[in-house]
Amino acid sequence: MTRFQKQSRFFLLLFISFYSFSETIIITPSEDPYTEIQEALILASPGDIIRISEGLYQLEDSLSIDIDGLILEGEGMNKTILSFKNQLSGAQGLSVTSNGVTLRDFAVEDAKGDAIKVKGVNNINFIRIRTEWTNGPDELNGAYGLYPVESKNVLIDSCVAIGASDAGIYVGQSENIIVKNSRAEFNVAGIEIENSYYADVYNNHAENNTGGILVFDLPDIPQQGGHHVRVFRNKSINNNTDNFAPEGNIVGEVPRGTGIIIQANSHVEIFDNDIGGNDTINIAVVTYGYDTDDKNYYPHPRNIQIHNNRFTKSGLNPDLETGELAKILYELSGGNMPDIFWDGIVPVKQIIFGQPDKEKMVLSQNGDATFLTINPIKFMLPFFDPVERDDIDYKGAINPLPPVVLNENL
Amino acid sequence: MKIYKNIFLFCFILSLNIQSYEGVRNEIIFSKKPPLKLSEYGFFKNMNSQLPSKGVLPYTLESQLFSDYADKLRFIYIPENKFAKNVPDRVFDFPDGTALIKTFAYLNQHSSSNLPSQLLETRLLIKKNGEWSNVSYIWNKDQDEAFLSIAGKTIPTKFINNNGELKDVRYRVPNINQCKECHQINKTITPIGPKARNLNVDYAYGDETMNQLEKWHKLGWIDSEYPIKSMVDWADQNANLDDRARSYLDINCGHCHIEGGSADTSGLYLDFNESRKINLGFFKKPIATGRASNNLKYSIVPGNPEESILLYRMQSLDPGIMMPESGRALEHSEAIQLVSKWIKNL
Repeated sequence: MTRFQKQSRFFLLLFISFYSFSETIIITPSEDPYTEIQEALILASPGDIIRISEGLYQLEDSLSIDIDGLILEGEGMNKTILSFKNQLSGAQGLSVTSNGVTLRDFAVEDAKGDAIKVKGVNNINFIRIRTEWTNGPDELNGAYGLYPVESKNVLIDSCVAIGASDAGIYVGQSENIIVKNSRAEFNVAGIEIENSYYADVYNNHAENNTGGILVFDLPDIPQQGGHHVRVFRNKSINNNTDNFAPEGNIVGEVPRGTGIIIQANSHVEIFDNDIGGNDTINIAVVTYGYDTDDKNYYPHPRNIQIHNNRFTKSGLNPDLETGELAKILYELSGGNMPDIFWDGIVPVKQIIFGQPDKEKMVLSQNGDATFLTINPIKFMLPFFDPVERDDIDYKGAINPLPPVVLNENL
Repeated sequence: MKIYKNIFLFCFILSLNIQSYEGVRNEIIFSKKPPLKLSEYGFFKNMNSQLPSKGVLPYTLESQLFSDYADKLRFIYIPENKFAKNVPDRVFDFPDGTALIKTFAYLNQHSSSNLPSQLLETRLLIKKNGEWSNVSYIWNKDQDEAFLSIAGKTIPTKFINNNGELKDVRYRVPNINQCKECHQINKTITPIGPKARNLNVDYAYGDETMNQLEKWHKLGWIDSEYPIKSMVDWADQNANLDDRARSYLDINCGHCHIEGGSADTSGLYLDFNESRKINLGFFKKPIATGRASNNLKYSIVPGNPEESILLYRMQSLDPGIMMPESGRALEHSEAIQLVSKWIKNL
């Protein structure tokens, strides 16, 4: 090989590496951090890394990302802090509308609305992100901390969400979701999966929220019929913060002291969790409680499996002031609150002919957890006690749901 | 010395060329990167007075978006011998090379005004290769040129409103991403205003006053189809109340609150033609509203504006509550009155 060939090869390599390696843009604290960060977010190329150095960044306007594959990173969730305490415009702290974005190692504090909203994307990664309202629970805090919606392939890993007046971690109208290794504290709802398909929620710690983990489905929005949600190896404990959600929001109905609620949805598997110390109830499985004309909406939970969970005492100080759930349950149970409650509401046809086997709730291996449900026929007749505490009818084999696999090419 | 003289002359001629363009420059419209200065497009014979070049036509909308009481000067440029197809209830399907030009300004034209007019920004939507792209230019202090904006800008200023009162405003020029928030349907950028149903109104062109759709037809831009139902000027006291409110909500909210729009997650749809009551917000529970619900239960409670979240969010100036999410820093009191009256009469 001649020297020339060697050289040209070297330059060729240099050339290739120059163009295939993404650029890293480093931002440090400055006079006008908003303009500096937002310009970088707009001028970046797909695959670039924008690194915000350690420091406190006071931002008056919301930031946004609309470039595919961008990585926005800080130097640690307690070191790089984007503070929106003085926010004057924009409904979020940060919004993302492009595919394949990774957010890691920074915090968004005191956003006037939602902290981080991600809408309509394929593949979003939240890694070691903290969203927090630093004044603690307050109805004037923003609604959601981590808020991916209408998205596919959502990963939330090792994040922290504190103080949201709705849900700390909220995944709505999405598909293929993993929420793991994260901590949600002092929110109304710690972690909420709403109107979503295929979600794995595991190894998370939900404590001191009003309700720890919620799996909800609501009518009159584009995606509904939530299904295939696995909630496992989580701790949902001591969720005894008074509900501070502004009225009108569905989570405003959640009583203080709730471990897990499943509302509507089908194919939900709750297993291997530690649930306890919740003032009202450890697990509630309920029907959507309002009238709706939405023909596509199914308000009842179906095919719910609850097994191999570890319970400690709950229901010792139920919240009778928030919503209907605790009140009804308290009256029916005579104050002896169960660990697991199902409201027993099914379509009229099923009241008469019974629930199809494949839709029935299955309870298994939950230690000495107590159970309560309502018999709808007895409920409608006088002189009968509609309360049933025996879970014998709900024993059965578990059909494990498949794990979620994130797939960008979905 | 002669050489220097020649260089000087050359530069002088060059600078003359840069300063004044003869009409619209299609090559700039089609260039990959937007130019740094607005004047380079050649849309205006005179930048400061916003006198359009040949082929650039001013237009207006029957119902207009509120932008902190800013005046808007709208122009359209369609390349010669090109044609725009009418799409019922949507924006015209404009040909490549079309430019929609909108200058935001406080003209301060009230008789008692002692403020000069102030040009703030000029936003462009340009269509090439079948796709729209958005770019915006911010006017300089001398008001004779506007420069490309990337991250937007905050312009704290004052203006004289229609009642002759002096008002402060923190005017925000949106950044490119924020432009898209409102201008996107199913991830595709689209204009909002120029739909046939919102153009069906007379305009005083220099030489004649004429219905805009007729004028565009006369220019050979569109055929002579007319919309079945046109929007009305929401401020027109003589128009039907329902039409006024729906026209206002359409142009101010309907671009996001529509299936495929930025706010479709809410299921609240405010397009002029939306007929499903629940999606219009009647007794509709909020979805992801948070504290913006103000402890109210429904988007719209017919007959009861005070109980309607929609009105509350129109009244708010808190960025976490107010609607629209961007582009407004002041209360639009005339519209609040209108929508309040509409809800009361539902």
